[in-house]
Amino acid sequence: MSNPYQIVVCGSVVPDPLQTLEPVTGPSGPALKNEMMLPAWLDPWAGHALYEAANLARLHPGSKVTLVALGPKAKLQQVMMTVGQKVPFEFVALDGSASGFTDPAETAAALAGAIEALPGLDRARLLVFGGWESASRGAGVTMQTLAERLGIMDVFLGVDELKPQPDGAFEVLERIEGGRHQISRCSGPPAVLGWATGSLPEPKNNPQVGMANMRGVMPALQKAQAAKIGAEGLTFASVTLPKQLRETRIVKDATPDVIAKEIVEWIRK
Amino acid sequence: METILLLAHTEADGTLAKAAIEALGAAKGVSTALSGSSFVAGFIGSNTQPAANQIASCGAAKFLAVTGDDFAASRYATDAAAAEALCKAAGATIVIAPATSRFNRCLPGVAARLGGRADTHVTAIDTTADKLAVHRWYYRQRMEAVLTRSQRPWFILVDPGSQAAWSGSPGTANAEAVSVDLPESARRTTVTGVRQPAAAVQTIRPDASLLFVTGAGWTKKQADGQSHVPEAEKLILDFLKLTRSSLGSSKSLVDLGGEGQAVLSFLTHLNQIGQTGATPRHPKGLSTCCHGEEPHTVGWRFVNERRAISLDGNCGWARGKADVLYVADAFQVMGRVNELLARSGA
Repeated sequence: MSNPYQIVVCGSVVPDPLQTLEPVTGPSGPALKNEMMLPAWLDPWAGHALYEAANLARLHPGSKVTLVALGPKAKLQQVMMTVGQKVPFEFVALDGSASGFTDPAETAAALAGAIEALPGLDRARLLVFGGWESASRGAGVTMQTLAERLGIMDVFLGVDELKPQPDGAFEVLERIEGGRHQISRCSGPPAVLGWATGSLPEPKNNPQVGMANMRGVMPALQKAQAAKIGAEGLTFASVTLPKQLRETRIVKDATPDVIAKEIVEWIRK
Repeated sequence: METILLLAHTEADGTLAKAAIEALGAAKGVSTALSGSSFVAGFIGSNTQPAANQIASCGAAKFLAVTGDDFAASRYATDAAAAEALCKAAGATIVIAPATSRFNRCLPGVAARLGGRADTHVTAIDTTADKLAVHRWYYRQRMEAVLTRSQRPWFILVDPGSQAAWSGSPGTANAEAVSVDLPESARRTTVTGVRQPAAAVQTIRPDASLLFVTGAGWTKKQADGQSHVPEAEKLILDFLKLTRSSLGSSKSLVDLGGEGQAVLSFLTHLNQIGQTGATPRHPKGLSTCCHGEEPHTVGWRFVNERRAISLDGNCGWARGKADVLYVADAFQVMGRVNELLARSGA
């Protein structure tokens, strides 16, 4: 395996999913209550993409991983303290909104600009990774829009596996309906891949990796360019929490036989 | 005046799947509600005439089709080229399509190419006073937004199961061929096949009437101080076999596998529902040994009737979320359930 890749991973930050999230109306549209106070994580699918990228780079000496992250600078710094200890990467920061209520087209435009500005960008080796959707907007639109802006015509979404072939091609497994995967063969980079979960566990923290990454992360944060991310042309009529609370009937002290009979009758109804 | 394009890809036999018929139902509804709008149907596939015939009586002003072997498989470059050509040929301002994996991949790119916008996972469409708005969920199905857009074309991908399917009689329709000049670069990717789990462990059935949700409790130590994973596997697989239900798993159960702990061998990330998993649509859901509060319960946000079996009568997964909570040992109950189902031939 001697095909070094230039892997660019796009990612953003999302609120810790265990936090209570409440929508509010801000000056520029919907937002989350106390959004800047909520602890943040690297978007989980972007995280999977990053770990897969690092693994691919490890297996292909000479490869390089660059994480291009869009979010409020303070949040990025907070998240990089943890993510930076996981796997080695170079870091490019874009200081802008990571809200789910922004337009993915504007996010994609900012990411495309940052990728095109990467020094030594080699499209013949370029693989652009990201999550197949975000845990905020949950749309799965950004990566394809980014591909169009970069002029890349090979796009895969819901990727769980990328397997390089000796001839420079690679095989991709994408999630499709019914718990199945579509198998495709692409003749080689450039390509855009929106990852689902892949197959790798979250790497353990490695202080040495963290030290090495931090040498690049802090300067990157300092020179993070402001990215104006909004939602032009998009109007929210409402954003609401689901209100339905069910009247749960609690069945206690019933024997397994009685419960089983009731469940079977309900299934058949 | 809006021009509404129903965009659909055909199945291997040239017909439209249920998700496409549901999208047609939505497109027809929008077309009827928006005064002065026109309605066009467009198809992509290796064989499209059966699809046009299938919905011949839907009232479309015309039927357009990009047809050929290049468009048989789900591939970004060719699908995007075909959809772009159909949108241009129709002069579409609103494109309504099923949110299948194939269209989720390509249509947002086509929207970008045409200077429009795409909204995926749309669960409802409002048409009031000639205004169009869509409903979709944010932050992992934790809040629902109603939104509208000024950009055109506006691609609206409706989630399968969220719309009423169009019903009408088939007939004969003349589908107008739309040509697409594919550059050789559009064929850099070749679809070589589909990998599916062996029949014995095929546990995801999107069309099943029941979603069976397994929680981490199945692999925990039981009253005798031991875990009983093989027994749990047998109970669950027997139940799936007897009921043909679909299997969902809480995130924690799937993640245990990555941490090297004992898990149910047939579970994969594809079974995962909830925060970082799927939010499938089924008429009924039965959860067993699940626990957790609001963020974890989004996995069955779109399940209509819900029942749960748990040893914890105060479990946040079930209280206020399920219609019925059975405070009982799932091992015992599911054993009896399987016996009853087997005895009656399910």
